[in-house]
Amino acid sequence: MFYIYCPHCEEHREEEEFHASGEAHIPRPLDPESCSDEEWGEYMFFRTNPRGIHHELWVHAVGCRKFFNMTRDTQSYLILETYKIGEKPSITSAAAKLQAQTKVQEGV
Amino acid sequence: MAQQNRLIEGGRIARDSVINFSYNGKTYPGFVGDTLASAMLANGIDVVGRSFKYSRPRGIVAAGAEEPNAIMQLGATEATQVPNVRATQQELFAGLVCQATNGWPNVEFDMMSSLGSVGASVMPPGFYYKTFMYPKSMWNTYEKFIRKAAGLGRSPLEADPDRYDHYNQHADVVIVGAGPAGLSAALEAGRSGARVIIADEQAEFGGALLHSKQSVNGMPAMAWVASVVAELAALDNVMMLPKSTVNGYHDHNFLTIHQRCTDHIADRAEANVSRQRMHRVRTKWVVLASGAHERPLVYGNNDVPGCMLADAVSTYINRYAVVPGKQLVLMTTNDGGYQAAFDWHQAGREVVAILDTRSYQGTETSAVIDRARELGIKVLTGSAVVEVQGSKRVSAVSIASLNSQGDQLTGPVSQLSCDTVASSGGWSPAIHLSCHTGSRPVWSDQVIGFIPGDTVQKQLIAGAIGGTFDLQSCLAQGTKAGAQAASNAGFDTNLDVAAATAESVAETTPMALFHIPHPKETSRAPKQFVDLQNDVTAAGIELATREGFESIEHVKRYTALGFGTDQGKLGNINGMAIAAKSMQKTIPQTGTTIFRPNYTPVTFGAIAGRNCGELFDPKRFSAMHQWHLDNGALFEDVGNWKRPWYFPQPGESMQQSLERECLAVRDSAGVLDASTLGKIDIQGPDAREFLGRVYTNAWAKLAVGKCRYGLMCGEDGMVFDDGVTACLADNHFVMTTTTGGAARVLEWLEIYQQTEWPELEVYFNTVTDHWSTITVTGPNARKILDEVVDDIDLSNDSFKYMDWKAATVMGVPARIFRISFTGELSYEINVQANYGMRIWEAVMEKGAAFNLTPYGTETMHILRAEKGFIIAGQDTDGSVHPYDLGMGWAVSQKKPFSFIGKRGMAREDCVKEDRKQLVGLMTAEPKKVIPEGSQAVDDPKQAIPMTMLGHVTSSYYSACLGHSIAMAYIRNGHKRMGETVYSPQADGSAIEATICSPIFLDPKGERQNV
Ligand SMILES: [Zn+2]
Repeated sequence: MFYIYCPHCEEHREEEEFHASGEAHIPRPLDPESCSDEEWGEYMFFRTNPRGIHHELWVHAVGCRKFFNMTRDTQSYLILETYKIGEKPSITSAAAKLQAQTKVQEGV
Repeated sequence: MAQQNRLIEGGRIARDSVINFSYNGKTYPGFVGDTLASAMLANGIDVVGRSFKYSRPRGIVAAGAEEPNAIMQLGATEATQVPNVRATQQELFAGLVCQATNGWPNVEFDMMSSLGSVGASVMPPGFYYKTFMYPKSMWNTYEKFIRKAAGLGRSPLEADPDRYDHYNQHADVVIVGAGPAGLSAALEAGRSGARVIIADEQAEFGGALLHSKQSVNGMPAMAWVASVVAELAALDNVMMLPKSTVNGYHDHNFLTIHQRCTDHIADRAEANVSRQRMHRVRTKWVVLASGAHERPLVYGNNDVPGCMLADAVSTYINRYAVVPGKQLVLMTTNDGGYQAAFDWHQAGREVVAILDTRSYQGTETSAVIDRARELGIKVLTGSAVVEVQGSKRVSAVSIASLNSQGDQLTGPVSQLSCDTVASSGGWSPAIHLSCHTGSRPVWSDQVIGFIPGDTVQKQLIAGAIGGTFDLQSCLAQGTKAGAQAASNAGFDTNLDVAAATAESVAETTPMALFHIPHPKETSRAPKQFVDLQNDVTAAGIELATREGFESIEHVKRYTALGFGTDQGKLGNINGMAIAAKSMQKTIPQTGTTIFRPNYTPVTFGAIAGRNCGELFDPKRFSAMHQWHLDNGALFEDVGNWKRPWYFPQPGESMQQSLERECLAVRDSAGVLDASTLGKIDIQGPDAREFLGRVYTNAWAKLAVGKCRYGLMCGEDGMVFDDGVTACLADNHFVMTTTTGGAARVLEWLEIYQQTEWPELEVYFNTVTDHWSTITVTGPNARKILDEVVDDIDLSNDSFKYMDWKAATVMGVPARIFRISFTGELSYEINVQANYGMRIWEAVMEKGAAFNLTPYGTETMHILRAEKGFIIAGQDTDGSVHPYDLGMGWAVSQKKPFSFIGKRGMAREDCVKEDRKQLVGLMTAEPKKVIPEGSQAVDDPKQAIPMTMLGHVTSSYYSACLGHSIAMAYIRNGHKRMGETVYSPQADGSAIEATICSPIFLDPKGERQNV
């Protein structure tokens, strides 16, 4: 069971309080009508499902009800960072992941 | 003779507390402090079960969690039955009743012995797949037979009367295992002030020291343990959990600890005392000091009762004062194994010989060999037991000399008489918890075992789990790990603090030996068991590799190695080594299987905790629930809500109740508790714009005081919820949702506002529970409202259909919505929920003169179906868009913003001809109701599989119309009005029906507008 830091509440809470809402950073096309069926299908259904670094959308469902983003390693299940909607992830490469992982392990 | 194997002194047992227990219907004595296993051995019980496949007699092998054979069915009463209890871990209590699990019809005589040789040949490795799957029709027969013969224990037939609790704990340091390493760690971490939890599966702390003759800090080891326990007990920041198994190590340092609070006292706990607890612990750091399991050696007939682990023999002698036999042959690959022979000798029984499998050069010797010879014990080096004689107890062994690699016999076979064979193949670190988090173990040639590999957890290891078996080193590692963990968790500790001291002993290098050769080749030798619980033999593993199973995971599944309740604690390493050798690979090349939670089986009671019975799932009640109960309502579950289903009167059938309720609404008036509908309060300057984006229809011009119905779609254009939203003020709306969809809709609104359109200033809050909603509907609804409403004009001119008004009802502030889900003149009175009951009762009282009839969800469904109103979730299934529903009128294609669903419903597949569309069906036989879910076809006589047109989603008998009605999806249905379809039924019949509009009653909607 995950232990998740909510960037809005600014504290760690148990996974039971949260819902995962799929991959993060998939903006709704600004002009849906100009999308082809294929583009619309891409937006709706296709996700990256990577092994390793994954940016996810979560909601503190039974807490503050706010959505936020999470960078999670899908192999180790380590949560490398959480950040607010509209912000960019700081961990996007394997090197940054390693650094964050070491930090997490050291309990920093 | 009672307790013939009990020594007259020694052991950690209370000799003045004799207690009786029953095994297989016979009563035996034991002492407080015994385990069930030690008491059975004390009484000379050799056979404790029959084996899984071959039905061979089996005896106690181990003294802890790794025991594969002594698996008991516990319980004096039906309700307190507990299956698959390891006798080695069950503390003895007065009145304990147990039965051997495997052994059918009983362990002494069993019907499979006559099948023994047959059974062996019909159950080769992979027997599930090879033999019993074919012919398929016989599987049920096989399965019954296998399960019964296999003896997997049985569940109780009555409800568990005991109470179980869940505890949520937070800690700085959790220490798993209270042996020398764990206790040392707890001491250092505890002294730092960190919140420490130390858990151990045994009844007492001490681990291996509980049966050790070593000294720590110059005192007997258990005296040191007592001093540590006393110090820990005095620290408020330390929680000590004996009888508590850390069974799972999950993500982010979350551990589950199963504590057995009263299992050592009686069959069931006293009233109001919880029998077991599940501690759910989140901790900053973990110290794994879980020790190691001794590895047995694999030789011919090594399953005959009397074959035991060397350390288990020492445990029974030193801790329980039980010598489990008279004449011992000890076989060992390492110095540690000698201790069993020394203890046996000291107990005054005969040690026939020690067989040390290691070869020594010339006159080379070692400390343990010298000591054995001093005691007059015969030591044969470079020798091994190749085969055991005996069936229900060892009677003799065949021994032979062995080359230094251990893969060939080098001399003739000779015999030794004995009744016990103890073996030690070294120690396998208990790496299970480390594996739970996904860490891959790594092989160490030095340890001759797998040790924990790299981990991403905040975890340290100490002692035997890391392959450190020497006491002094275990104490030192534990001390260091405890200090380090506390320091990492932010506490001040001295990282160089001195550990307790013990004598360090020089050891001769142990030998890596996993399979003792036999004069015959493995496939022809007597069975050499690797996994005793699953009857997996060395020959079976070799056969699996010959048959092409190369991955150890496949070998495991094919042979069932490690599949039992013991999870391969004894057999895994030997099995992997044999597989590796057979494939001419090294053990690291072959790899290992990974242990998963739980470490030992956990009772369902502990898993469920208090979440059972009434607390299994929370229930939601409206403020008027008691009235419904008092008036005989039957209830339907809608989400967690208990909604009145219908209100039967004495002697009525369900159908009679529904017809009475329906007719009352259409003729005069009915009343529905609609409080459970989801209600979301929406405020903000951009609320109106937001509604326009999430609903398919237009909201820009909805005036204050007006209500509007809306459809909500996903981005795919498919309807997922619907409801009425009222404009309370220009920046303030209240949205209603389906009862079951309320939470989902709220999250839906939030996700769009927060992640897509944060520039829109709008706020949402659930107010479902804040309001009670009383729907009064029927031609006389206005007359009833007149009686209870204090202050507003209800006439059709001033309070129109789809208006809402603030009003005072019986002195209580209310919002009244003139909306209708029945097609009749309707008012929904909303009052603050605490007034719900009072207003409901007032409405009932005033309505009595108009035969105001309470109705439930079933009548609500019939009344709305007569009007063709959909229920999202019943008449929609995520694959229909508003046009499929014939509700294109609720879609505004002109809105400037591309509302959710607009693009989706314009996809090629959504605009094609011949989609399934919602229509009505009228049956040819008026009384015949088509079962919901039935399929529809054009020609019921066509060959199967028939060409389906669609299916029925809602279907009822309408008393008002005197006719059965149904709503259904029919391919291209909107263009097929008046045509005939058939609904084939399971009994072979087909129900004829005509396609029609789903609006069966009052198609112009006049009744609601009066
Ligand atoms: Zn939060």
